[in-house]
Amino acid sequence: MSAGDALLELLNGFVAQLRIAGLPVSLTENLDALVAVKHIDISDREVFKNALAATLVKQHNHRQAFDTTFEIYFSLRGPQYALDSSDAPELADNSDPHITQDGLANLSPEELAEELFAALLKGDAEMLNSVAASAVRRFAQMEPGRPVGGTYYLYRTLRNLDLDGVLERLLQHAQQDGEVSEFEQRLLRDEYQSRLKQLQQAIEAEIRRRLVADRGTEAMAKTLRKPLPEDVDFMHATPEEMANLRKAIYPLTRKLAARLQRKRRHGRQGPLDFRRTVRASLSYGGVLAEPKYRHPKPHKPEIMVIADISGSVAAFARFTLHLVYAISGQFTKVRSFVFIDGIDEVTSYFEGEQDINQAVHRVNTEADVVWVDGHSDYGHAFEVFWEKYGHDIGPRTSVMILGDARNNYHASRSWILKEMQSKARHVFWLNPEPKSYWDSGDSILGEYAEYCDGAFEARNLRQLEAFVEILA
Amino acid sequence: MKYRFEDVDEVREGLRKVDYLADEGTAAVLYLADRLQKPLLVEGPAGTGKTQLAKSVAETLGVRLIRLQCYEGLDEAKALYEWNYKKQLLKIQSDSSNGQGWEGLSEDIFSAEFLLTRPLVEAISAPDPVVLLIDEVDRVEVETEALLLEILSDYQVSIPELGTIEAKQVPLVFLTSNNTRELSEALKRRCLYLHVDYPDLEREKEIVLAKVPQITENLADQVARVVRSIRQIELKKLPSVSETIDWAQTLVLLGTQQIEEQTTIDTLNILLKYQSDIRKASKEFATLSP
Repeated sequence: MSAGDALLELLNGFVAQLRIAGLPVSLTENLDALVAVKHIDISDREVFKNALAATLVKQHNHRQAFDTTFEIYFSLRGPQYALDSSDAPELADNSDPHITQDGLANLSPEELAEELFAALLKGDAEMLNSVAASAVRRFAQMEPGRPVGGTYYLYRTLRNLDLDGVLERLLQHAQQDGEVSEFEQRLLRDEYQSRLKQLQQAIEAEIRRRLVADRGTEAMAKTLRKPLPEDVDFMHATPEEMANLRKAIYPLTRKLAARLQRKRRHGRQGPLDFRRTVRASLSYGGVLAEPKYRHPKPHKPEIMVIADISGSVAAFARFTLHLVYAISGQFTKVRSFVFIDGIDEVTSYFEGEQDINQAVHRVNTEADVVWVDGHSDYGHAFEVFWEKYGHDIGPRTSVMILGDARNNYHASRSWILKEMQSKARHVFWLNPEPKSYWDSGDSILGEYAEYCDGAFEARNLRQLEAFVEILA
Repeated sequence: MKYRFEDVDEVREGLRKVDYLADEGTAAVLYLADRLQKPLLVEGPAGTGKTQLAKSVAETLGVRLIRLQCYEGLDEAKALYEWNYKKQLLKIQSDSSNGQGWEGLSEDIFSAEFLLTRPLVEAISAPDPVVLLIDEVDRVEVETEALLLEILSDYQVSIPELGTIEAKQVPLVFLTSNNTRELSEALKRRCLYLHVDYPDLEREKEIVLAKVPQITENLADQVARVVRSIRQIELKKLPSVSETIDWAQTLVLLGTQQIEEQTTIDTLNILLKYQSDIRKASKEFATLSP
């Protein structure tokens, strides 16, 4: 097999992996990538990676998935990235004293800590990498053959390095040379923190490399594969994924607002405007040549959001509230209510507050939502809502109910929804649980859904985005 | 076909000469765009130098930049070409007195002479090499994107009355997008993709040094560090590179030697444009003082 064929096969394998990870790579893009690598020096890893990214990934929030796949797939290719042969037995027995890959390997833990401190102080990337490599070798205690993703190894390595302590030491070191202002300290802290992050990434990469060497590319790709941001499940998101979602929400709302506005403006034509048509006909000598239409009155719904914020679905409720308020300009009015077993109106938290995050935070801390025991009671919450606010529901109101309908076996009082539906324009239910879980256990969504104009599964951003278009 | 750049380093060096500091990724992708003769779609937050990239490339190559600013409602007549109907009318009037027949006339008035070229047609019919910038392509409607497809993939424009105009030379095409909406698959497929993000600390410092001539190295370093710290706060709109430069300029004009907490808070309105952001950032820094 010639070198060209080998490269072709390699790239095709890579594209296949990307597709498995969910990235939409078209045939043209695949061909582009093949042409692109002909023009570059493929021994330069960064250039190679950039060339593939430019041809294969056309959406920025897919870049992370691309990076992970790239790192796994190509982790052991290229001379400086191969683990050298002396490393292999050492994986099995990391107390082996003759590790001589580089000078750092023979250091005691104290010396290693010194090395780490110096590397961080200087911000020397090369040095950080070699410290990371020897730290993994020394502390991770990797066991060959175990089908794990490496999180535990990472944890073990980091615990031994005591990075918080190192950060404090670095800051104290800065003060030795004279008084440092608080402001300067803050800047320094940010600086060191970014270096620490670099170190952590180097450690992760090292662990990944070793895992790939141990278990092979495909097995690792499978273990480490993460869902794309728009597919992350609200209910099972890790804190890191949650942070990413929060970042994703602002561009998303901008996009939604632009789209909704456009939809309004270019919406269907209104009914025929007879007066203007006749007026226009005068310029054609009385022939009705150019029909004129009335401008359609854009329908701007009034929204009432009723959200369950009990533990299991809190993240989802926060998220949806955030989204609805971010595009509140598209609605005449938004009112929001939150409940667990009691219900409270939280509209005022959002009024005059520019920072939606802040308002959502207040909802979580200040709203009075516990009535008896702090377990969801949809029936009671609906009853109180109907009594206090029910008369505000009118023919222009769309009611959105957020929750998993897990009622802890309380009375459902679904007649309230029936009443609501007859008064409101729409009643929608959004459930963050997968459809297959509905009506299992204490979930009584089916009973409520009977009186809704639609019950939707909203497990991730993609589904939520699709729903908002229905709403507006 | 002659390529514009020899290798990736040449791209970077060329851009550096016109004070555009490209990172490794940007240079590599730009080089590829030239080699593969593909348009380059540049995305990223506002104010990170997307438009400037196209301008700088044109400057480096010493060629003309043709720019099409996109907006909602952009149509064929503004993007591609238009028939100069006033001139056609004059022609008809002058010819009718000569008694020329319809046959000759209709061929006459639909010729290149009566065509008003708009940026896209101008770019491909130009005899000299040009850089074409299609700015903020996300502002046009999805349907209008289709106007671009022929030119982006084949570098040609079909005019029903006239035939197909093919490019005399393949222009280097940049499309920029602020990502206010998803561009269509068809458009993306035809382009190489580059995401331009906020620069890292070192590069931002260099940019400030290059763009604000009177600034000291020390101050530039501080500017870059403060801006990085601000970007770590969760804000509505993060400070862009151009705002960083404005801020550095202000500090120089104020005669600042050393950035203090108070100076930062007092001049935050240059970096941040939302009242809530300013409040949040000043709170963040003010809590430091006892």
